[in-house]
Amino acid sequence: MTEHHEVPSPIGEKVKRVDALDKVTGEAVFADDLKFGSDLLHGRVVRSVHPHALIKGIDSSKALTLPGVKAVVTGEDTTNRIGLYLKDRYTFCRDRVRYVGDPVAGVIATSVEIAETGCDLIDIEYQFLEPVLDPLQGIQERAPLIHPDLGEYPVADFIFPKPGTNISNHFKVRKGDVEAAWSNCEVIIEKSFHVPHIQHAPIEPHVAVAQVDHTGRITLWGSSQSPFAQRNLIAESLGISQRDVRVISPYVGGGFGSKAGVSMEALAVVMAQAVPGHPVKVRLTREEEFFCAFVRQGLVAKIKVGATKDGKLLAMKTEYYWDAGAYTEYGVNITRAAGYSSTGPYEIPNVWCDSYCVYTNHPVGGPMRGFGMPEIHWGIEQVMDMVAEELQMDKVDFRLLNCLRAGSITATGSEMHPTGLTECITQSAQAIQWSTEETASAPHKRRGKGIAIMWKAPAMPPNAGSSAWIRFNEDATISIGIGGQELGQGSHTVATQMAAATLGVPMEWIHISGPIDTEYSPYEWQTVASRLTWSMGNAIVEAAKDARGQILDLVAEHWGEDSQNLDIKEGLVISYRSEQTLPLQNLVVYGLPKADGSGWRGGPIIGHGNFMPTYVTSLDYETGQGERAVVHFTTGCQAVDLEVDTETGQITLLRVASAFDVGKAINPDQVRAQMEGGVVQGASTTLFEHLKLEDGVPVNPSFVDYRIASSVDAPAEIIPIIVEVPQDDGPWGARGIGEHSMVPTAPAIANALADALNLRILDLPLTAEKVFFALQEKGGAT
Amino acid sequence: MAKHIISLTVNGVREYVEVPSNMTLLTLLRERLGLTGTKDGCSAGECGACTVLMNFEPVNACLTLAVEAEDAVILTVEGLPQDGRLDPVQQAIIDHGATQCGFCTPGVILSARALLDRNPSPSEWEIKDALRGNLCRCTGYTRIIRAIQDAAVGGADD
Repeated sequence: MTEHHEVPSPIGEKVKRVDALDKVTGEAVFADDLKFGSDLLHGRVVRSVHPHALIKGIDSSKALTLPGVKAVVTGEDTTNRIGLYLKDRYTFCRDRVRYVGDPVAGVIATSVEIAETGCDLIDIEYQFLEPVLDPLQGIQERAPLIHPDLGEYPVADFIFPKPGTNISNHFKVRKGDVEAAWSNCEVIIEKSFHVPHIQHAPIEPHVAVAQVDHTGRITLWGSSQSPFAQRNLIAESLGISQRDVRVISPYVGGGFGSKAGVSMEALAVVMAQAVPGHPVKVRLTREEEFFCAFVRQGLVAKIKVGATKDGKLLAMKTEYYWDAGAYTEYGVNITRAAGYSSTGPYEIPNVWCDSYCVYTNHPVGGPMRGFGMPEIHWGIEQVMDMVAEELQMDKVDFRLLNCLRAGSITATGSEMHPTGLTECITQSAQAIQWSTEETASAPHKRRGKGIAIMWKAPAMPPNAGSSAWIRFNEDATISIGIGGQELGQGSHTVATQMAAATLGVPMEWIHISGPIDTEYSPYEWQTVASRLTWSMGNAIVEAAKDARGQILDLVAEHWGEDSQNLDIKEGLVISYRSEQTLPLQNLVVYGLPKADGSGWRGGPIIGHGNFMPTYVTSLDYETGQGERAVVHFTTGCQAVDLEVDTETGQITLLRVASAFDVGKAINPDQVRAQMEGGVVQGASTTLFEHLKLEDGVPVNPSFVDYRIASSVDAPAEIIPIIVEVPQDDGPWGARGIGEHSMVPTAPAIANALADALNLRILDLPLTAEKVFFALQEKGGAT
Repeated sequence: MAKHIISLTVNGVREYVEVPSNMTLLTLLRERLGLTGTKDGCSAGECGACTVLMNFEPVNACLTLAVEAEDAVILTVEGLPQDGRLDPVQQAIIDHGATQCGFCTPGVILSARALLDRNPSPSEWEIKDALRGNLCRCTGYTRIIRAIQDAAVGGADD
């Protein structure tokens, strides 16, 4: 007999991470842990020490005579350019170097030490060129050209480089009539902001091991957010088929964007081509990690905002000059995202934006958690505060009056979908008792509260796809194939929950197949853009539905019933009509015998599913207007309560409330974990981080000189708040949250600092030193 | 490079190994003894991912020469479970969702284990202080701190 009871779904429940046991026992395998035989060779890279120079000659002869050196590669060995949206670089430089750290030659040897020594023996003759060290310099008509061949580079159709300049993309928004609107504004605030380069600083450095067989087929093992994109881009740059490139990537020890696309992996491939049969390992040192992997782009933002005397925003004009560095794997698309998001999450009838991606002789700008949004919100959210101050309006009320709601028209003329932004604002303000004046803990300290809101869409090509498969073992345990990476964000756990809920089996039966291997794993565009829960989640649900449908059809036929009356609960097929039950064990592999002994039906069950957004429209080049610029926006708010020491300038975060509309929290505990981690990473970038480049030379490439938050810097209290207004195209209504949680942190802290000291600092970071001197200049605390 | 034969105890097992003078304890553990749970994040003593216990004290294995470990008792993450049971710190990290990418986690756990061995009921500040040398870029530390507090009271809340 069957008892029909409601089986709890794992969706929305507190479920422990499925990768946690591996990670606390040291069993989790990372790329550096993979074992290769004694024929493993090691590659080291000779890098440019000049920001901008022509290569006049390379002499490798001394290195090649060093015992243990197997080969040396240079730009001569790379014939085609590589790049995600704009193919603008050679894996090894050919005629010129464009930043300090640009790879000029690679030495392959039997040990790291010999390869290092070999690098020291290579003589390179340079002819210096004038460098571009600032995006405002780079856009000048007479600026030195960093990419004279820009017009020849293959480029995606939504990116618009300007040949003959240093501009690799220009994104425009023209909505309403900004110039006419200023005269109707009671208050206009215009300010310039500066955001310096920073480093992602994952604790795991980049590692790649490449092996090329004697027919030219390539296997690449690495720490990668983008195994499929790497396969595609490397195959394209070598002029070979994707079939002949295999990328294998185990757990990633922190990405934050630095391991997306192709950064250093192609170096290992080119080196391995010189020694067919041998795996060649390239591992960045921590020093290289700071400036030879992607950095977060610098930004100069000029922002002008006007509002009526009732506090309604009327016009906004922005100019974003991105310090993109020497090449632009993602920078061109960050520039685009900054353009269509240029207003922040506000409804403003008149909008003008010019977002420029500018080549400079700086390290290569790449994607970093937030993809341009932390950078633009740094300025936007301070200007909004200043407008409210000028109007003598409460800053929460001002935001509630102007922020986006369902049906609002965005900067690109698109209609905003349902969003819980107002709820995020209200709840985070409440969480820190917004309206209550607090007392500082000492006479020389000041207390302040600040708030900042945000929006962010997954920034990607309109048709970035996901796929998944589900297959069964004899005992009905299940392997799920995905191409999305577990970087720590918890995607393996969410994938398991979704598959379990859709199939009707216990979570414990499910195992995520790994490592991600482009030979066996289903296609996933990339693990970026906070898109896995949403996009890969949709694909997993489809795959699970497919497998479930096959099982129900099989059992329905076996029982002579309609599959509509059948269900799977806790791994048991049940009939609501006949109340029969059948365990999944065995039938999912061996099928079922026909009752009359005339044979069998069924076979090994394998479900597959995919998802690709089909509804994102292109935007007009001249105006940036279009019906649906992006798939959707996640919105949120952070409220900060801090104390600042007027004698040292040191900021102490007392409380940070962090509220985001995630649509549906598939795993609320992991959502809160993302919010907590995002606050601390955001606070770290706000208070400490600045990759200092002096004449293009990084001067603080170590954790000693480039400080990131340590345990003692964590805020005393982080209050994560989940808001759920479902998303129409998300599984169970879910949207992403991974990146968003650090977007508003910096301006929320700056706004709280302004509240505490009546002092505005427009350039990141807010180091104690900078706050102290700003306070001195102002004549002390009031 | 001169070679040395050293003996040491790693996770309760006596090892005799021949090492060159310049080999670090980290390389010995990872590449000779197959203990890859100990991670290399900077090779310069800055990030703490390679933290192991040497004679019950946390050390950066990347800054410790293998020859310095002569006669030492070394504990790595692989040696923590006792009789098939996870160390309370390991269990608490799981229970609190206090690992994300997991690369810093073995080092964090060993720093915490050393702390609890010398101070079974540390204050929040003492926990933060003990973790200063273990950088984590994902979690924001808050859950790690709560997990160690929980492990300190022996998971009495469970």
